[in-house]
Amino acid sequence: MPKIIGAVTVDAMRCKGCELCVVACPTDTLALKADDVNDRGYHYAFAARPEACIGCASCAAVCPDACIEVYRVVEK
Amino acid sequence: MKPEEIIDPANRVYARPRLLTEVNTHYCPGCSHGVVHRIIAELLDEMGLEDRAVGVAPVGCAVFAYNYIDVDWVEAAHGRAPAVATAISRLSPENLVFTYQGDGDLAAIGTAETIHAANRGENIAIIFINNAIYGMTGGQMAPTTLIGQRTATTPYGRRVDLNGHPLNITNLLAQLPGTCYVTRQSVHTAPAVRKAKNAIKKAFENAMAKKGTSVVEIVSTCNSGWKMTPAQANDWMVANMTEHYPLGDLKNE
Repeated sequence: MPKIIGAVTVDAMRCKGCELCVVACPTDTLALKADDVNDRGYHYAFAARPEACIGCASCAAVCPDACIEVYRVVEK
Repeated sequence: MKPEEIIDPANRVYARPRLLTEVNTHYCPGCSHGVVHRIIAELLDEMGLEDRAVGVAPVGCAVFAYNYIDVDWVEAAHGRAPAVATAISRLSPENLVFTYQGDGDLAAIGTAETIHAANRGENIAIIFINNAIYGMTGGQMAPTTLIGQRTATTPYGRRVDLNGHPLNITNLLAQLPGTCYVTRQSVHTAPAVRKAKNAIKKAFENAMAKKGTSVVEIVSTCNSGWKMTPAQANDWMVANMTEHYPLGDLKNE
């Protein structure tokens, strides 16, 4: 059965750390960077468990700052 | 496969819309305005209406909408966006004219302009962001504030005897013969965002087809004004707002 693998990138400088993508992610791929902040002082989101991503783009759909890019491949 | 191998333009399924400008928005973290801006930018690009779209910006949090979506905009006086949109759509009927208004703009100071534009059946799309509060001025009570909801000017909760009832202006607009499409959506989850996008797309199509006024209310959150985290605000919205402002189509002709 083909397996869908995804990947996400977050524009850390644009992210405001609202955490909506973390809540929307069905596979707990994303998390907020607890020990780092961006230029504007926000704990930005990042792919904490990149291997779990299925490329569903739910995070990108709810992101108010459009700072998430989603990639997807089908592995045969 | 490793994430580095997957991250390639050929595999990209979602990217920042081309029509959003590079500036960072002034909205608070988690604000629904950002999601709706993104939906509009995606739709104008997908529908090929970049050259023909004219937005009318309100007064309120979305006052800088013209800085964020790279199409033509006109900044209207407070509440007068439907009146300005009327003029634009009548003078250049080949354009897609839409207004983007909050509840303070559309349902408070601009009630007359909104109702009369909808009653005349102007060929415009009205996008109405209802977050039940005056966000920009510091979280005061709006006409749409729910009974019992705490705001800066109703610290013990809104009372019917003192402040009256919440104004459900979308239901009023649905009764007018000039409106062709009236719907209420939200943007708190990914499926809701997709439904809201389809609703705004239909509103834009109606405006281009000269079918009358389309109204898309987006039941939104104002986590700063509500004194909550963005995730808590979404939960509060689902638990409280959707009772008085039920989601779904009110009119589709």
